[in-house]
Amino acid sequence: MSNPRWLRPLRWALLALLAVFTLLPVYVMATSSLKPLRDVQGRFTWWPTSLTLAPYSDMWHTVPLARYFANSAVVSCAATAASVVIALAAAYALSRYRFRGRGTFLGVVLSTQMLPGILFLLPLFLIYVNLERHLGVQLYATRTGLALTYLTFSLPFSVWLLTGYLESIPRELDEAARVDGASPPVVLLRIIVPAAAPGIAAVAVFAFMTAWGEILFASVLTDESTRTLSVGLQSYATQSNVYWNQVMAASLVVSAPVVAGFLALQRYLVRGMAAGAVK
Amino acid sequence: MSSAWRPHRSRAVRALPWLFLLPALAAELLVHLVPMAVGVLMSVYRVTVYEIRNWTSAPGPTLANYRLAVDFQAPIGAALLRSFTLTLAFTVLVVGLSWLTGLVAAVLLHPAFRGRSLLRTVFLVPYALPVYASVITWSFMLQRDTGAVNALLVDALGLTGSRPFWLIGPNAFWSLVVVDLWRTWPFALLTFTAGLQTVPEELYEAAALDGAGLLRQLRSVTLPVLAPVNRVLLIVLFLWTFNDFTTPYTLFGHSAPPSADLVAIHIYQASFITWNFGLGSAMSVLLLAFLAVAVGLPLLAGRMLRRAGRGTGAG
Repeated sequence: MSNPRWLRPLRWALLALLAVFTLLPVYVMATSSLKPLRDVQGRFTWWPTSLTLAPYSDMWHTVPLARYFANSAVVSCAATAASVVIALAAAYALSRYRFRGRGTFLGVVLSTQMLPGILFLLPLFLIYVNLERHLGVQLYATRTGLALTYLTFSLPFSVWLLTGYLESIPRELDEAARVDGASPPVVLLRIIVPAAAPGIAAVAVFAFMTAWGEILFASVLTDESTRTLSVGLQSYATQSNVYWNQVMAASLVVSAPVVAGFLALQRYLVRGMAAGAVK
Repeated sequence: MSSAWRPHRSRAVRALPWLFLLPALAAELLVHLVPMAVGVLMSVYRVTVYEIRNWTSAPGPTLANYRLAVDFQAPIGAALLRSFTLTLAFTVLVVGLSWLTGLVAAVLLHPAFRGRSLLRTVFLVPYALPVYASVITWSFMLQRDTGAVNALLVDALGLTGSRPFWLIGPNAFWSLVVVDLWRTWPFALLTFTAGLQTVPEELYEAAALDGAGLLRQLRSVTLPVLAPVNRVLLIVLFLWTFNDFTTPYTLFGHSAPPSADLVAIHIYQASFITWNFGLGSAMSVLLLAFLAVAVGLPLLAGRMLRRAGRGTGAG
């Protein structure tokens, strides 16, 4: 692509503007989390009048943040692990076998991605409640139920991306292993998984972020003991006195693990998407 | 053990792919497909909070919920139509702006220069942040008296004399557009960045020899090559934005101001605030029908166009 001279000053101006727009909330989040309460209750200041770490210790007591954190961690990790394993198995079948119903399966799974969550929120709630009443299966207001729900949210994208990724792995690799007498599950574990590691990493990041950030289903399918961060963070704001400095501190703390994980693995996500997009 | 997997057992071989698909199928059935069917069923019963535990005893089957939802003369239908139009305008704005910003940024970041990878990382931050954490920060920034937005626009730049409200009244719509744009455009950048890497440099060189400048190269080389990626991107952006619940919910809480009453919030309120689940389900089904048409038609048209193009090319 040509790189004309007239573009150079414009390039920096536009990129700088975008960078400011992008980072403004991050800046506000970081500086406000270090402000004393009186700073966030009056006119906004671009720098704290006095720096304090108190919001970082107070935020654990204003709401049961540690419990929300633990719930989010358990639910997101379980959903991620399950989603990756299930998507990998499905992608293996879709990329290595031509069978009747293959296109239908892909179509149905991908189209569930476009369902508005609001459509099946209430029915799902009823199904979970009735499963418990009639079969004793506890899914409503449990972390298992929430993890089960979340794994399906990332599943369509994961299946699509991994199928594209696996198709870029030469079949000669697994055929050679099959000739040596390895069964399909062994081929999957020994040959495919190592070769598809970047794609798997991308899918895992996506699944974790999906679960960690979800709010609609969390607001209906949890109770006080299983509440996750997405809903829990709102409870600072529903108090009559909003502790904005603590909200900002808590937001920063709950964002840090996801952002760090994402930025560490983003090049795999880009590469995985490129591999999937070429298809 | 391994002999059981020999490829000659035809029935076993035919069942094998489905064995691998079974977990995915079961999960999709439980969480998406069965609830969707239940939702469609509920939409033809008059389910309110009294029948919710035993909803099949509710009066019906009836189309009353649908009649109520599309009677645009009556308050409920009129409100739904208003919310729908609003959501459509909101979606067009956010998708258009995100697409444009993502494309421009990807092109600007295409040639190698110092600081490029740092900038790419910076631009991905809104995508990486959990939505509720970043949107809650925006809601703090948009507070009238204590927020950063008025501190910037009014106190620092002096653009308006009085401090505007951003989270209530007509401005709430524009707040929502800006916040959603902030959150959505990095995905367009990510997609275009990945896509640009697949366009062969020789195509640009050939175009440059023919005297094509940057904009002409974009129009005649980049966008045609990226057309399939572009189509997927637009569909994904459209669906995300149109169905967005998290952003308005986190920004405004349970009751969005009328200027920002997106359809997902509207249906949530119809179902869970007024406890009319049958009506909420009917609205959801109508929404789904609209989405299926809105996404399905362009896909179908694209496929037919390509087939027609191939036909004339061969003849």
